[in-house]
Amino acid sequence: MVEMNGSQALWESLMKEGAKNVFGLPGGSVIPLCDEMLKQDIRFILARHEQGAAHMADGYARASGEVGVCLATSGPGATNLITGIASANIDSSPVVALCGQVARELIGTDAFQEVDIIGVSASVTKYNIQTRSAAEIPYAVKTAFQIANTGRKGAVLIDLPKDVTTEIMDVKFPENIVFRGYHPVYQPDRREIEWAATLLARADKPVIIAGGGIISSGASQELVSLSEYLMAPTAITLMGKGAFPADHPLSLGLCGMHGTCAANTMVSEADVLLIIGARLTDRTTGSVKTFAPNAKIIHIDIDRSEIDKNIDTVTRVIGDAKISLQKILHHLSILRSSTATNDVWRKKCQELREVNGVSKTNGDYLKAPEVVKTLRKALARDSIVTTEVGQCQMWAALHYDAYLPRTFLTSGGLGTMGWGFPAAIGAKAAKPNVTVVDIAGDGSFGMTENNLATSVKEDLPVIVMILNNNMLGMVAQWQRLFFGHRYSAVELKKTPDFVKLAQAYGAEGVRVESYQELEAAIRRAIKSEIATVIDVPIDPEENVLPIVPPGMGLKDALMEA
Amino acid sequence: MPKHVVSFIVENKPGVLFKVSNLFRRRGYNIDSITVGTLQDSELSRMTVTIDADSKILNQIVEQLDKMVEVIKIKRFDPIRTITRELLLIKLNTIDPMVRQEALEAINDNHGLILDIEPETLVAEITGEPQEIDKFLNRIKNIEIRELSRTGATALEKGPSTL
Repeated sequence: MVEMNGSQALWESLMKEGAKNVFGLPGGSVIPLCDEMLKQDIRFILARHEQGAAHMADGYARASGEVGVCLATSGPGATNLITGIASANIDSSPVVALCGQVARELIGTDAFQEVDIIGVSASVTKYNIQTRSAAEIPYAVKTAFQIANTGRKGAVLIDLPKDVTTEIMDVKFPENIVFRGYHPVYQPDRREIEWAATLLARADKPVIIAGGGIISSGASQELVSLSEYLMAPTAITLMGKGAFPADHPLSLGLCGMHGTCAANTMVSEADVLLIIGARLTDRTTGSVKTFAPNAKIIHIDIDRSEIDKNIDTVTRVIGDAKISLQKILHHLSILRSSTATNDVWRKKCQELREVNGVSKTNGDYLKAPEVVKTLRKALARDSIVTTEVGQCQMWAALHYDAYLPRTFLTSGGLGTMGWGFPAAIGAKAAKPNVTVVDIAGDGSFGMTENNLATSVKEDLPVIVMILNNNMLGMVAQWQRLFFGHRYSAVELKKTPDFVKLAQAYGAEGVRVESYQELEAAIRRAIKSEIATVIDVPIDPEENVLPIVPPGMGLKDALMEA
Repeated sequence: MPKHVVSFIVENKPGVLFKVSNLFRRRGYNIDSITVGTLQDSELSRMTVTIDADSKILNQIVEQLDKMVEVIKIKRFDPIRTITRELLLIKLNTIDPMVRQEALEAINDNHGLILDIEPETLVAEITGEPQEIDKFLNRIKNIEIRELSRTGATALEKGPSTL
């Protein structure tokens, strides 16, 4: 037992959990916390809007695999975090959000800057806690980190009433918390492993879909081994990008609404489909009625509630992806040798990999897929890319080759516009020696562009490459394809000028008109010690293809438009 | 569709009932009733939910509840081995002696208790399976009800097994 105030208890607890950075923005109810922070060995990265702080913590978590921490004041500070918390939680990213709250005696009185953040955040967090005394703070922090970073990872919010952070009490730091109702299962059931291995051993046309669970559990090696052992072509979900090296001969690329021809065709024709660490949302499956119609489906997930939620399976494995794949591989090696494979199937995989969607484009504009490929060529293998949301995200997903886990970060589940730039800053804080690039659109970047101040002033230089079509591009694409080419509320009319905007924040800004200029700009930006915004004008009419029209099956993709 | 019973033990803490009901609301599960009470260990409560749902939805309800940190144990009861009971409190207009006689007979036949008799009204308690309560209410449908309150069903499974 040590006597200290609640703020000190909070910072000491955070440091015991290994937190090195906190992303946030102060306000009235967290002034005592910020004051106590001056005495602590922790880096506070000042965002200019709380949503940005939450995305930074999320980007930090995804790039490093460690828990990201963000902080906001009560009321509007806390509600501004919500989009960021929801984005992290649905993508199973371990984030702990610290929120100020009004003093205990004012709770429930609609006091100044009071919001019931426990109520508000309940459906977008894995867990949330309000501390009612200073002595509870170390338990709350330990609980938050344990829950955020185990099982299916997620976001946890701690609500900290102001007087709890100033209260002086005898405080104890727990070593471990035992939960009565939280026991994530890592070790899979032996019979489940055997059934899965038996089905895979009998497969003639096996396909694997790898999701974000591979990355969370660090199972990329095992995934490649299994894929090679079975000679199983391997597709990824958006969250699985980087889980399987894009230059591997068995790589099919993205599966789903904007999936590659190879991935969507092979998944549709598979006789055994192994899905690992994926939620199988509508964006991955297309119409569930026609999803993998001939396949016996095996689903591995650490979250039992994902099994049979959207897609019915033949068998399941509940547990950690890495451990499960190791055990399946071991069992497979008893059942069959790796040589018994279907050459026709493998050849089909090779052929389909060459098929791409083709968009009509006008004039001399740079083509978005080529822009993305130019970026890839200029970057090192371990560089990190984040994306905004919409067309830019799908071009990145289709045409940016990710080779390593935690090098392609994107808001998959929530599809949060404005996510990519602050997440890139968070990733840079986690990996200061790695180049970090946000593949942005002009619409998305506009939503969180004020984080340029953070990037410049906190010495976290990242590159923003804007695929600038002066449009809310994905909505415009849908209006072209599915709404009779009627544009409604999508034209951004060349505002702002992103080069001048960057310069206003003290960042570099450059506009490029050719692939050579683009490559040169990227190479300069990599060496620059300051954030660089590269504005790349593209055709407003360019479509992301393929696209599976909403409600249709994966085989119904439009390849040209 | 048969009525299903899901029973679960939760931490007896503020906000847990909110989180449980929030989960039902958010996932669009329409429940018939929910009952809550503390257990021998006062840090725990037991909740019982009755619901009309197909097997797939029911599985999701169980899995989603089980995933909650505050939910310690959960079980979906086998319908043929479930004992359910619900309590009804009812206040009837019984100024007319003939009506009062009819009410007393119905209450007696259902092994109910009379809790209060006044010149105008009587208050009674009936316990039974929810369907029996429905039947009772149907039988007295010609008597004017001033007000009533049903608790919703609580349940245990037959035999030695426990949650």
